[in-house]
Amino acid sequence: MSLMTLHNLTVRRGARAVVADVSLRVEAGECVGLIGPNGAGKTSLLRAALGLLPAEGEASLAALPDAERARAAAWMPQSREIGWPVSVETLVALGRIPYLPRGARLRPEDRAAIDAAIARMELGPYRDRPATQLSGGEQARVLIARALAQDTPLLLADEPTAGLDPSHRISTMQVFAALAAEGRAVLVSLHDLGLAARHCTRLVLLKAGRLIADGPPAQVLTPGNVGAVFGITAYQAETPQGHVFQPMELAR
Amino acid sequence: MRASVRRSRLISLAAALVLTGAVADAGPPAQVVSINLCTDQLALLLAAPGQLVSVSKLAHDPSSSAMATVAQVYPANDSRAEEVYLLAPDLVLAGTFTDPATLQMLRDLGVAVEVFAPALSLAEIPERLAQMGRALGREAEAQAQIDAFEAELTRLDDAGPGRPRAALYYVNSYTSGHRTLAGDILRAAGFDNVADEAGLADGGTLALEQLVMLAPEVIVRGRDYPGQSRAEDNLRHPALGALQGSTVTAALTDRSWICGAPHVLDAVREMRDLRLSLEAGK
Amino acid sequence: MRLASALLALCAALFLGSLLSGPASAPAGASLMALVRDDGTPLSVVMREIRLPRALLAVMVGASLGLSGAALQGYLRNPLAEPGLIGISGAAALGAVLAIQTGLSLAFPLALPLSALGMALLAVLLILALAGPRGASITLILAGIAISALAGALTSLVLNLSPNPFATADIVFWMMGSLADRSFAHVWLALPFIALGWLLLARLGRGLDALTLGEDAAQSMGLRLPRLRLTLVVGTAACVGAATAVAGAIGFVGLVVPHLLRPWVGARPSALLWASALGGAAMVLAADIAVREALPGRDLKLGVLMALVGAPLFLHLIYKTRKEMA
Repeated sequence: MSLMTLHNLTVRRGARAVVADVSLRVEAGECVGLIGPNGAGKTSLLRAALGLLPAEGEASLAALPDAERARAAAWMPQSREIGWPVSVETLVALGRIPYLPRGARLRPEDRAAIDAAIARMELGPYRDRPATQLSGGEQARVLIARALAQDTPLLLADEPTAGLDPSHRISTMQVFAALAAEGRAVLVSLHDLGLAARHCTRLVLLKAGRLIADGPPAQVLTPGNVGAVFGITAYQAETPQGHVFQPMELAR
Repeated sequence: MRASVRRSRLISLAAALVLTGAVADAGPPAQVVSINLCTDQLALLLAAPGQLVSVSKLAHDPSSSAMATVAQVYPANDSRAEEVYLLAPDLVLAGTFTDPATLQMLRDLGVAVEVFAPALSLAEIPERLAQMGRALGREAEAQAQIDAFEAELTRLDDAGPGRPRAALYYVNSYTSGHRTLAGDILRAAGFDNVADEAGLADGGTLALEQLVMLAPEVIVRGRDYPGQSRAEDNLRHPALGALQGSTVTAALTDRSWICGAPHVLDAVREMRDLRLSLEAGK
Repeated sequence: MRLASALLALCAALFLGSLLSGPASAPAGASLMALVRDDGTPLSVVMREIRLPRALLAVMVGASLGLSGAALQGYLRNPLAEPGLIGISGAAALGAVLAIQTGLSLAFPLALPLSALGMALLAVLLILALAGPRGASITLILAGIAISALAGALTSLVLNLSPNPFATADIVFWMMGSLADRSFAHVWLALPFIALGWLLLARLGRGLDALTLGEDAAQSMGLRLPRLRLTLVVGTAACVGAATAVAGAIGFVGLVVPHLLRPWVGARPSALLWASALGGAAMVLAADIAVREALPGRDLKLGVLMALVGAPLFLHLIYKTRKEMA
């Protein structure tokens, strides 16, 4: 089942197209990694896909009414903004806003979704702490939990692993992979190509706003693509745990 | 430097002495300028034809001046030393509240200045008339005005023992007690003043609440000034209208209440008429 | 809920206290009887025509300022946003002064709150345009200083040009605010606009909660940001405009009250809205009692007391946020 379709999506900033003619489908069960160097248009693509940025072409999510879209896809922006010292639980509960009738209190199903998200991100011990007092990595996990509480078929996340320690990077990607395995889908932009290669079912490679490659990690991360797009060489291997990708040197 | 300053000071002082001496020798002043609203009116009443050459600007303003019509034929001055000096007066008439710097400047320039204190009671009005008569060399005219004033005041004094209680109520909740001209007008018209009950013999702020609690039979509202201000809202407060048994007058205490001149008789007459109509209504 | 009952009880107690303070001293029981029963006595006039509208206005003005402070802070995610500090009250005062001095309000009484509302609207739009989406403290404060200074100067100019000799004395009232000798006429004049403002601002809770996560995340949760912005702008202008038109510019209420109450509502912007409305009402009621009891007969302005409490707190907040501003 397709959870998101982009057709010839183009985002212009002034005369320049920061996203150019990108067509993409995300199916249920996929964990799609969006990769590309700085300025490739990853964030613009994700925001335009949600209708947060004006764009040409078709985006299935952007076409939905606001309330419906909020139940179809959750979004975790790169800027990890927490405006007020609310408790972790309160912050995670914000993810239920799309489901709550105006002025209603949290219902049992909302509580269940909040508890599940907190448990999934292993935030139980932090539940009543002010979110602003946590470390950067802990805040990132709280914000992922918030997006999980939104309980949508599709999750879009922009650099969710930036600033996390190795164990939390891995556990975060495992959460995304598990969501995909449950029949949901995740579209996540990543700079850590090793993480992308290891945990994503599929990678989408962008360069200067254009889609360069789309497919399983081994097919996208060819030495040619890696050299042409990132300007590096890498060591790659197929292991029983999955594809291994280790950047080595700058390509000459 | 210093010596020369002192010398010029001495010269101007000497000139001043000579000039005033000359005026005294020559009899009544020929060129008189008034720079105060109240001296304007006294002078307009008493001056010989041609003697008064200029009055203050306020004298032309009908909302402040009881003699605005008469005053129109006299050029107005702005009450500042520069303009007044250029009129070359023999005598300047001023009030005690006139800017002392202006008066000192005029004296330094050798102009004679006669200062009049504001009248705080009706009894002081004959004194002011007499002072103006002396200053202008018009003692006989002054005596005639004094006699007429006292006769009319006596005629108006017909209050019985049952004096109604009244309050004078101005902008910013200010009131006048019995030791003021307005308070004395009220007394002469046959009213008791509730400001005295509130301990404000000289006047002061009487909160709206206190005024309502005193519940005077008559609330004499202060004059209406041109333009608008929030400070005047108290005069239109609905609490005044809600007070049963109290009559709130139209905007009074206008031009005939301000100056210690015979025109206060208009104010006394107006207030006495009000008292008589109240007594007739009972 | 415990906080709500505590704040309501505090407001009720202070409302009673406000009804019982004033220069006309009378026993409390007799005063309250005179309030309930219109028996035509002077005490009844004092209670019904002077004290009651004054206490009602304290509630209306205080709740409006507290509520708009909390709403502005929630939208800008900045605890320094306050209608007085960022020039909205000053602009509203200018609007009110213009309506009075042109004689417009004499011919058409609603011109007073409408004109104040219009100028407040201009100021909010200007502030939001200058401060940008995430109201950085430095721009917010600088823009506020500029707007306050301009509005204050124009207010003084208009009053200085007035032919009325008392207009210049009014400057203090418009800059500092007072509820002395207000009447039911002022209550009825301000009430429709203040009620409209409350209704609009009270609807913002959910959106402001969502904005805790930033504009992008909030929009992805279905928040319509342009509509929220419009509601905030009109609601704030209506509340602050009408409150200022009848009571002058009273500063710091919208700063102090949300700051004190934020820890009590778990920092949730939606809960802070109603809490700040109640807290604002309590604060202005308390200040209005204090100005009457501390210096009776002096007509001490409310803004003086507010600044004495609020300015040190403002400095403290600037100190706390100085890292962000550097």
